[in-house]
Amino acid sequence: MTLDLLRFTTAGSVDDGKSTLIGRLLFDSKQVFEDQLAQVAQASERRGGTGTLDLALLTDGLRAEREQGITIDVAYRYFATAKRRFIIADCPGHQQYTRNMVTGASTADVSVVLIDARRGVLEQSKRHAFISALLGIPEMVVAINKMDLVEHSRERYEELVEEFAGYAQKLPGAGAVTYIPLSALNGDNVVQRSETMDWYEGPVLLEHLEQVEVAYDHPGAKPARFPVQWVVRPQNGNGSDYRGYAGQLASGALRRGDEVTIVPSGGRTRIAGIDTFEGELDEATAPMSLTLRLEDELDVSRGELICHPEEAPEVTQQLEADVCWMHADLMRPGGRFMLKHTSRTVMALVEGIEDMLDTHTLERIEAPTELGLNDIARVRLRTSAPLAFDAYARNRRTGSFILIDEATNATVAAGMIVG
Amino acid sequence: MSVATRPQLSHLRALESEAIHVMREVAAEFERPVLLFSGGKDSIVLLRLAEKAFRPAPFPFPLMHVDTGHNFPEVIEFRDRRVAELGERLIVASVQESIDKGRVVEETGPRASRNRLQTVTLLDAISEHGFDAAFGGARRDEERARAKERIMSFRDSFGQWDPKDQRPELWNLYNGRIHKGEHVRVFPLSNWTELDVWEYIDAEQLEIPSIYFSHRREVFKRDGMLYAMSEFAELIEGEEVYEETVRYRTVGDMSCTGGVRSTAATLEEVVLEIAATTVTERGETRADDRVSEAAMEDRKKAGYF
Repeated sequence: MTLDLLRFTTAGSVDDGKSTLIGRLLFDSKQVFEDQLAQVAQASERRGGTGTLDLALLTDGLRAEREQGITIDVAYRYFATAKRRFIIADCPGHQQYTRNMVTGASTADVSVVLIDARRGVLEQSKRHAFISALLGIPEMVVAINKMDLVEHSRERYEELVEEFAGYAQKLPGAGAVTYIPLSALNGDNVVQRSETMDWYEGPVLLEHLEQVEVAYDHPGAKPARFPVQWVVRPQNGNGSDYRGYAGQLASGALRRGDEVTIVPSGGRTRIAGIDTFEGELDEATAPMSLTLRLEDELDVSRGELICHPEEAPEVTQQLEADVCWMHADLMRPGGRFMLKHTSRTVMALVEGIEDMLDTHTLERIEAPTELGLNDIARVRLRTSAPLAFDAYARNRRTGSFILIDEATNATVAAGMIVG
Repeated sequence: MSVATRPQLSHLRALESEAIHVMREVAAEFERPVLLFSGGKDSIVLLRLAEKAFRPAPFPFPLMHVDTGHNFPEVIEFRDRRVAELGERLIVASVQESIDKGRVVEETGPRASRNRLQTVTLLDAISEHGFDAAFGGARRDEERARAKERIMSFRDSFGQWDPKDQRPELWNLYNGRIHKGEHVRVFPLSNWTELDVWEYIDAEQLEIPSIYFSHRREVFKRDGMLYAMSEFAELIEGEEVYEETVRYRTVGDMSCTGGVRSTAATLEEVVLEIAATTVTERGETRADDRVSEAAMEDRKKAGYF
């Protein structure tokens, strides 16, 4: 089934032509407005350009980025074709690369991994592929860029495909991989098919993005998960006995009359009504936002989860999870953090670091004593209150969490529950 | 129990659901949120989303308008009528009062604008009322500094945005923790485009101020834009006032918002016009963004909307 709205992520460093690729995608699909183009033309000239447009300038938003020719933070871009709407999470690849890539990947359906055809499969591309797999993105596109600098060589392309495929097959939970040889600079195989690479018969990048089926997020096919965000209770006279539990259905479907259980507090009841602003529904599917009324008066508050009793999630205070550490301060066993999972925030204690992953070799480093910025590791956590969760591999919404530093309020880690 | 695969939500309903989720998170995690309502199309959409998020209860926050005193009268009339229909509370923070109190100094001359002054009035009002979260209708497709901004965007105790040190925003898990005196700006429409907003207004049949539709108006031309003739306009030599058929793509101050020549008189016609446009809304209509390559970035860092 084809999604109406496709979110994809790109990542890359200064030289691999990521900004140019996105600029090319927007420019060739006629998504660049005249005033934006005029700005780019002016800026290209000021930077001593040769009269050609520097398409990378389309995407660099901040003054420091334009001055230094770098990309600082994840930027989101929007474009549409007749077939689909797209949201691009454009992630820079330096310094806080893991933090940026994980952020971009957390909401993406597809990841576009860039390889510079001259320089080969570098650590950066491997890391992006690894993070895409870790974050459960089912579809990966490997864009082998700068083919113009290797004489559009089919041999070079095939060599790179083979090398990358060797790495990709070792990735955890690897999904489908599509390889596309292209030149963002010249516009070959981005939106228009290349005339110089007639040996390539696969789809061009935009065509692929328009067609790719994203199997992972068929939320209707999973067990129903409804984290309660907010209790709707009018205080004024009118409708004063109304009590609705508002939230966004994270996965699955709920029907009026369904028997449901409240986790972790444990009550059982039936759904009396599914309310929306437009009126009542017989049935709701993810990712709709709605308000549930229950037949019995139970004590249900923010942070609890409503689901079908025979498909209830696990409830625990002991978690094993993969975390991406995103802060300059180190994480050590014994550290205490706030943990936000669905609509529930609890305290969490780091009981131990099991092992750390080398994203380059995919080898595990046993029992490191601490984690630093950009490290990815398996940890054991104990929480101050029970959490109702699914493994991240089965459910992105009920399997993910963030860690927050109590003193600074900084978001210091992204976590994916293993069990 | 689970059902077979069924059609996904349309992209508009998916964006709507995401925005409602954001609003409920803020209502639940903050003590004193406020919704910035200007009477413009984006904040009109925010009001509908708030209805969807919180009805049949009243909104768990007041509305606030930062009034420059140079607004289109049609928009102020609409603002008050809409607030009354909803039965919600509106706070008006006045730039004129900030000027009278000496908090800001008014620019002078024909190109004077109260646009920059709004930042002080907004920050003063946030601190006076103790607001810890302010919903705004800004979208990432509007401008390239905005493309970098989080849905929930942290502001330090000076109201400043630091684009180089933003909290990472993962999945749909928003970190709403702040210290006293700090606040967040929340942009539920971050992932919407201008066309999405218009299609939504059309789908929901939302009422909007009349200036969004084609009408006859006295205008004068400056820097390639058509400005409304009003008591706030000061002509430069050589500028002539004439009548033109225009509509507005954005609603800001009369002093810095240009109209576009248009015959679009219905929502459907406006949607068609936007779908076919070749210029961004801020490029076509906002003098405030033309000051420099980084005009929006600089204002945002100082605490602008």
